[in-house]
Amino acid sequence: MAATQSFNRQPMEASVIRSRLRLAGLLALALSALLLSRLYVLQVSDYSRYQTLSLENHIRLQALPPVRGLILDRNGVVLARNTAVYTLQVIPEKVGDMDLLLHEVGKLVDLQEDDIAVFKKNLRRRPSFEKHLLKSKLDDVEAARFAVNEYRFSGVTLEAMLHRDYPLADLTGHVLGYVGRISEQDEARLDSAAYQGVSHTGKLGIESYYESLLLGRSGFEQVEIDAHGRTLRTINRESAIPGQNLYLSLDVGLQRIAREALGNRRGAVVAMDPGSGEILAMVSAPAYDPNLFVDGISRETYQALIQLADKPLLNRALYGRYSPGSTIKPIMALATMDAGVNPQERVFCPGWFMLPDSTRKYRCWKRTGHGSVNLHDAIEQSCDTYFYQTGARLGIDKMASYLFSFGFGKQSGVDLPSEPSGLVPTAEWKRATRQEPWYPGEDVITAIGQGFLLTTPLQLARASAMLASRGRLVKPTLLRRQENPLTGQAQETQVDALSEAPALAINEKDIEWVIRSMTAVMHGRRGTARASGRRSAYRMAGKTGTAQVVSIAQDGEYDAKSLRETLRDHALFIAFAPVDHPKIAIAVVVENGGSGAAVAAPIARKVMDYFFLKRLHRAALTGAFGVFG
Amino acid sequence: MFSGRRLHLDGPLLIGLLVLSALGLVVIFSASGENWSVMARQGLRLGISLVVMVAVAQVSPENLRRFSPHLFAVGVILLVAVLVMGAAGKGVQRWLDLGLVRFQPSELMKLGVPMVVAWLLTRSQVPPRFAIVLLALALTLIPASLVVVQPDLGTAIMLVVSGLFVLFLAGIRWQHVLMMLAAVTAVAPYLWFRLQEYQRQRILTLFDPWADPMGSGYQAIQSQIAIGSAGISGKGWLAGSQSHLEFIPERSTDFIFAVFAEEFGLIGVLMLLLLYLFVVGRCLVMAYHTRGTFSRLLIGSLALTFFFYVFVNLGMVSGILPIVGVPLPLISYGGTSMLTLMAAFGIIMGLHARRRLMA
Repeated sequence: MAATQSFNRQPMEASVIRSRLRLAGLLALALSALLLSRLYVLQVSDYSRYQTLSLENHIRLQALPPVRGLILDRNGVVLARNTAVYTLQVIPEKVGDMDLLLHEVGKLVDLQEDDIAVFKKNLRRRPSFEKHLLKSKLDDVEAARFAVNEYRFSGVTLEAMLHRDYPLADLTGHVLGYVGRISEQDEARLDSAAYQGVSHTGKLGIESYYESLLLGRSGFEQVEIDAHGRTLRTINRESAIPGQNLYLSLDVGLQRIAREALGNRRGAVVAMDPGSGEILAMVSAPAYDPNLFVDGISRETYQALIQLADKPLLNRALYGRYSPGSTIKPIMALATMDAGVNPQERVFCPGWFMLPDSTRKYRCWKRTGHGSVNLHDAIEQSCDTYFYQTGARLGIDKMASYLFSFGFGKQSGVDLPSEPSGLVPTAEWKRATRQEPWYPGEDVITAIGQGFLLTTPLQLARASAMLASRGRLVKPTLLRRQENPLTGQAQETQVDALSEAPALAINEKDIEWVIRSMTAVMHGRRGTARASGRRSAYRMAGKTGTAQVVSIAQDGEYDAKSLRETLRDHALFIAFAPVDHPKIAIAVVVENGGSGAAVAAPIARKVMDYFFLKRLHRAALTGAFGVFG
Repeated sequence: MFSGRRLHLDGPLLIGLLVLSALGLVVIFSASGENWSVMARQGLRLGISLVVMVAVAQVSPENLRRFSPHLFAVGVILLVAVLVMGAAGKGVQRWLDLGLVRFQPSELMKLGVPMVVAWLLTRSQVPPRFAIVLLALALTLIPASLVVVQPDLGTAIMLVVSGLFVLFLAGIRWQHVLMMLAAVTAVAPYLWFRLQEYQRQRILTLFDPWADPMGSGYQAIQSQIAIGSAGISGKGWLAGSQSHLEFIPERSTDFIFAVFAEEFGLIGVLMLLLLYLFVVGRCLVMAYHTRGTFSRLLIGSLALTFFFYVFVNLGMVSGILPIVGVPLPLISYGGTSMLTLMAAFGIIMGLHARRRLMA
């Protein structure tokens, strides 16, 4: 486009556009006049009509919140329910002197400092024209006393509502998680249309993972109300649709036994059905009461909980990451047989192992040595020296591929939120994250489950289940069945579709061989867990593990008594039973428990006794408890 | 206003914008239930938007024109990208996640469409020949159709309108306007039956509030009660009982005018309309006095689009237009529309301030 040409036609173009600009300006004025006349009609001509509408006769749309689905265990024991409670709600905007009001209400109703602290915290966070919860779960006397005096308190209402309640409290707290008030962050994340009238949402655990199933769908009600907000009549109503009832695979009896067996130690127990992957028990200790969180927890209580050194809020079964110690020796055994090593080949254990061209001694747990051992003896007696040599021979990448195929180092796909993947180190991983090469010494310690390797109790239970099912890796699941509470229509979780084919083809003869050695751990003459296998009514296969928390100096001596408790070894144990047709696979981790054989294995035995004896001798249940409880 | 001139700003327009935005903060404070953090966030957005406005005003008119097609092309590519990614996910997809910021390409097009049409029309003579008119329509309809399938009918309409305003200002012949209308009338039934059932339902809801009582219909009725019960002088700031107690979910965003009108009454409404008319009028005067066809067309069409926003929002809240999701410019809570608007005013100021440089 030439500049001169453009210049020449400027005046003509300008006049065209200017005339249109004038026209546009006039149009804008006309439309503004139209708007203004409409607003004049609304605000002046029809003012009295609208004022009447606004003052005396509203049609209000009330959302009808859905009833949240129940959560039950596999036998129908209720784990999460909704109970009707009386609550006090306050609309701050309608209150003159808030402190005076709290003081006066406090004379009628027992207001704890916690209640007031949470209420005041929300006061700053949420709009003042919304209802704020002041006190939940008023008892009948308080409710009656307040109801009589309600007229004195403008802006305070007594309301009956459904309150989420976890009857088993801390026993199922970690698995279920809890619901809590919808926060600002939740609001940004959630679809507000689906949460009409809903005040709570799942924050953790099953409550969070299956939020969409549990929630249901809001209904609404069109009501006519008078100036005082009293309902005159219902014009139109669409009922809410309740959420699905969820039946979990948990067996609360087994859960309770596992919890009691852990006692006041820190640790986790996971038991699952090796055929289906259904989780039968998932316990983390210490635990917390999820009921504390439902109405908002006060800052002080929460701070107290998170500052406890025992970390009761942490679900160790899912989020705890531990060195697996010797519990992975059966997997290392499969790897070494696959590499062509004759399991009958004997290795001499003098109590330590040394790499060629190195003077560093890797100690066996038995300082005097196991003498001459083959693979079977090495599993039965958990000889470290044998497996040090295995590790040096296999190298990290071969070991890692076996560990991966047993489900370590990746998420299991369990139906709980934000599952960690644990860590299976490889040479490449170390180069990428630490800019360091992989050292042969790290091969050696990885073979006995030390070093970088990190596993979760759930992964250990899953690996145990894979050994039990002779090489089939299942996806652990908690949801067994969902049921529509209105129609009773149920939908089972499809188990078969969830299991994975093994990443590595595992030789059937090799795995039977390893399982024989694991059986010897429980029932053999020298088995490390023979004390826990003694006189059982069923055959068990297991493997103990003891994982170092601190490394011991080359010439140092591990002396449990002199070490602070939190630096003592973690005790681990995996097992399954019955050996031939396994019905249960289990993993136990006891933090700083010391030896796996002495501390973790007896816990697994108690859980299995309950599992089998309750089933086999249901009538003689109390008798069986006399022996084992 | 020496410094203002050096920054290529326009004093009267800037004052008008600042007064409107400040009024917006005041209304948002009330609509949010006196929530300071909501107001602080909106204040921050306003600050950022003003910085963007000043920055955009520094772009020279020549560069603005030269890069109009590039901006437009980038916008179309982003719109396609949003659709492709949206197809991979599910539901409504309007955002492009760029890691640090989430970005709505349809907002970019609110500037891109009028710019590219103004660019196209200044490549030949004005008023445009019929072939050029058709080309301009195509350039308008491509992004609009990409937006309408997102689905975001409101923004799509706004894009079409902004393109049409440029054509209108460029002196498009009335017989062309009639031909376009005839074509739309002929094609409309065909388009209607090409739509999916759920899309048709969505459009029908716009015209029948009671079809969706939990959503827009209820809002329309409640907002009219709120406005009407205010009377001439209003109920006073923070004292709008209908807005505060009733169930108007979008009272901080699309329906904020209901809150304003309830609290400030007809007097407030009149003041607000005058403020908007002042801003639009000032822009039209700037278009009138500026130099260069491109500047004139772009300033004029941006100003008219701004007015159209105001008209559609006030019309829908006061019940003379169907409910389309259009915020009230400079008053409604929300970041993206504020940013786009201020960028548009930056363009207007920059073009006008350097009118002497533009041949």
